[in-house]
Amino acid sequence: MDFSFSEEQTLLRNTVQSFLRDKYDFDTRRKISASTEGWSRETWQQFAELGLLAVPFSEEQGGLGGGSIETMIVMEEFGRNLVIEPFLETVVIAGGFLRQAGTAAQQEAHIPGIIGGETVWTFAYAEPQGRYNLADLTTTAKADGDGYVINGYKCVVLGAPWADKLIVSARTSGGQRDADGVSLFIVDKNAAGVSTRDYPTVDGRRASEVTLENVAVGADAVIGEIGKALPLIELVTDQAIAALSAEAIGGMKELNEATVEYCKTRKQFGVPIGSFQVLQHRMVDMFMAYEQSVSMTYMVALKLDEEDGERRKAASGAKVQIGKAGRYVGQQAVQLHGGMGMTDELNVGHYFKRLTMIDTQFGNVDHHLARYSTAS
Amino acid sequence: MDMSFSPADLAFRAEARAFIEESYPHDIANTRSRGDMTRENMLAWHKVLAKKGWVAPHWPAEHGGSGWTITQRYIWNEECARAETTPLLPFGLSMVGPVIYTYGNEEQKKRFLPGIYNGEDWWCQGYSEPGAGSDLASLKTKAVRDGDHYVINGQKTWTTLAQFADWIFCLARTDPDAKIQQGISFFLIDMKTPGIEVRPIITMDGAHEVNEVYLDDVRVPVENMIGEENKGWTYAKFLLGNERSGIAGVARSKKAIERLRKISASELINGEPLIKDGEFSRKISEVEIDLTALEVTELRTLAAESRGQGPGPESSILKIKGTEIQQRITELALEAVGSYAFVQAPHGKDAGDNAFTPGPEYGIGAAQNYFNMRKTAIYGGSNEIQHNIIAKMVLGL
Repeated sequence: MDFSFSEEQTLLRNTVQSFLRDKYDFDTRRKISASTEGWSRETWQQFAELGLLAVPFSEEQGGLGGGSIETMIVMEEFGRNLVIEPFLETVVIAGGFLRQAGTAAQQEAHIPGIIGGETVWTFAYAEPQGRYNLADLTTTAKADGDGYVINGYKCVVLGAPWADKLIVSARTSGGQRDADGVSLFIVDKNAAGVSTRDYPTVDGRRASEVTLENVAVGADAVIGEIGKALPLIELVTDQAIAALSAEAIGGMKELNEATVEYCKTRKQFGVPIGSFQVLQHRMVDMFMAYEQSVSMTYMVALKLDEEDGERRKAASGAKVQIGKAGRYVGQQAVQLHGGMGMTDELNVGHYFKRLTMIDTQFGNVDHHLARYSTAS
Repeated sequence: MDMSFSPADLAFRAEARAFIEESYPHDIANTRSRGDMTRENMLAWHKVLAKKGWVAPHWPAEHGGSGWTITQRYIWNEECARAETTPLLPFGLSMVGPVIYTYGNEEQKKRFLPGIYNGEDWWCQGYSEPGAGSDLASLKTKAVRDGDHYVINGQKTWTTLAQFADWIFCLARTDPDAKIQQGISFFLIDMKTPGIEVRPIITMDGAHEVNEVYLDDVRVPVENMIGEENKGWTYAKFLLGNERSGIAGVARSKKAIERLRKISASELINGEPLIKDGEFSRKISEVEIDLTALEVTELRTLAAESRGQGPGPESSILKIKGTEIQQRITELALEAVGSYAFVQAPHGKDAGDNAFTPGPEYGIGAAQNYFNMRKTAIYGGSNEIQHNIIAKMVLGL
């Protein structure tokens, strides 16, 4: 039993930390978020130069051969700094599909572009009627010669305004919610028939609504096996959940530190408000919520390679924990900062908003409680 | 004990409902955030009611009160919530108005009450300061007598809708040497007075509802002070008591639950309406039961009030439970809309017709409403302070 980090892992954390401290303070982040593009391509390039975009890829794929712990470290630090850039979408999710299920040709064609920071990806899976059910799809892909023709609508595709490539889930057979018949396709965002409408999100990012109208793709666009992609989607989204958990504990850590600091310095009734027992206990509860979330984040990171049932339980368990803890810590951090916590000026509200939206990503507490209960 | 409506009450309800139906200016564009509304739109309903004589039911008859029983007032609030009328601004009608008719002199009543009643004067509240929030009495804004004037210097904050205001009621320290609650006075200040500057505070949902108000050598005529010098804390506390009782928002929360049910009847989960999901519908029921309890608690408070008791420290219950319920409903609405909660609805100048807000109409701004409602546990005396009030004043701890 050992929960300590290796020397390489500590080095990785230090690298990310010192880069973000120098180049990604809250003010910079605010400017990036408010800019026309809404993200920083320059920062993305610097991530590439630091090797961050190579972390989870094997050495044969040109990567650093990192595992879930390395991804966790990067995401935790990103969470502490509210990083906007689409590391989760491009490296963890699209990269996850490609490195684990891509053909040799797909890996060769696409992974170098990700590692080099030239190509940005995202995962277009959600549909308005589907809620968090990954198999509830009305988007279809019909065989056409050697390839497929895709029609459908994907909603709230995070990071899509910046993306060059989309990974699209579509139904190739079966009923609307069948486990069988789900397939994955690589779609060029510039392809004929793809149209997007972009908009800002409440957590300072950007998303798009994506319409696919007779979008023709070749056989080489298929990731994994036709009609059998759902287990793969579940695997990769569980990996995304592990990464999101890490991002969430980064955010909670910042909020807890800021709140304790504020309560030590803010004086009312002639004393620091941190001297009031009711607030002390509140902060202790926030601290415990954070520690429990750290535990679940480690746990899921260590169980991503277990068999499906075990992995599902770990991922859903972690998502429930960070959903509940993120809500509590976020709400209380705002409350204990009083009016200041409500402002756009202070970073507290921004962490709260991000934590709120993390609960919504890939299924909220209720969704994962149900999934946990039925996982075996 | 009787909770049912009398025939007379039912007749009143029919009258109220018909009046709202006929007279509510339905062309008012109700934006999600009050900061995005025009002054005219925000006051349109107020002016209709003033003409009818129904804008300040709780005021004494001599100043335009409608003389309604508490049951009628309750019915009226229900009907307004049911019709989703623009809420009336409380700063004049519920806050400073009662202070003026209770503690003001004849001159002040004549001068200020009609403007409040008719909706000609927009008031804002100069209470909180950067260093005086929960501990309001520690406020530092100073008023120094200079001939026929007081010269006021300081900074107020969280001043709701000050960007529209004509007047501000303002607490300032007139005796720096007295015990902190005893050296405060209550002033009515014209916002056009030189030396006043309003700066916006943008909240995390992107809205502009609150402001900082800077007072730099603002000269206020002595006749604009309420009551006696250094007695302002008494008037301030009286006002806070009234602020708390209005804060429960029962009727509006009922409407919000109705809306939440509609949303969850439209949203799908595995092909079925979300409302049929046991987990989610149980959560709606839970908050509805909380609200039912609060409603009866409020009615009990109102009944006691009509017998001349209160509003006492019990009104802190209404503040705490009322805001918790409001927060919970917006939280459930955020949950109900699923992924579309991500969409940032634009504010202010960006909120034109060109703004793209995907997803169903009812989902627009769901997350922002939830973020915005966090304020309710902070303003009007934080919920922690309300707990202290109950502990001390009710339980005697």
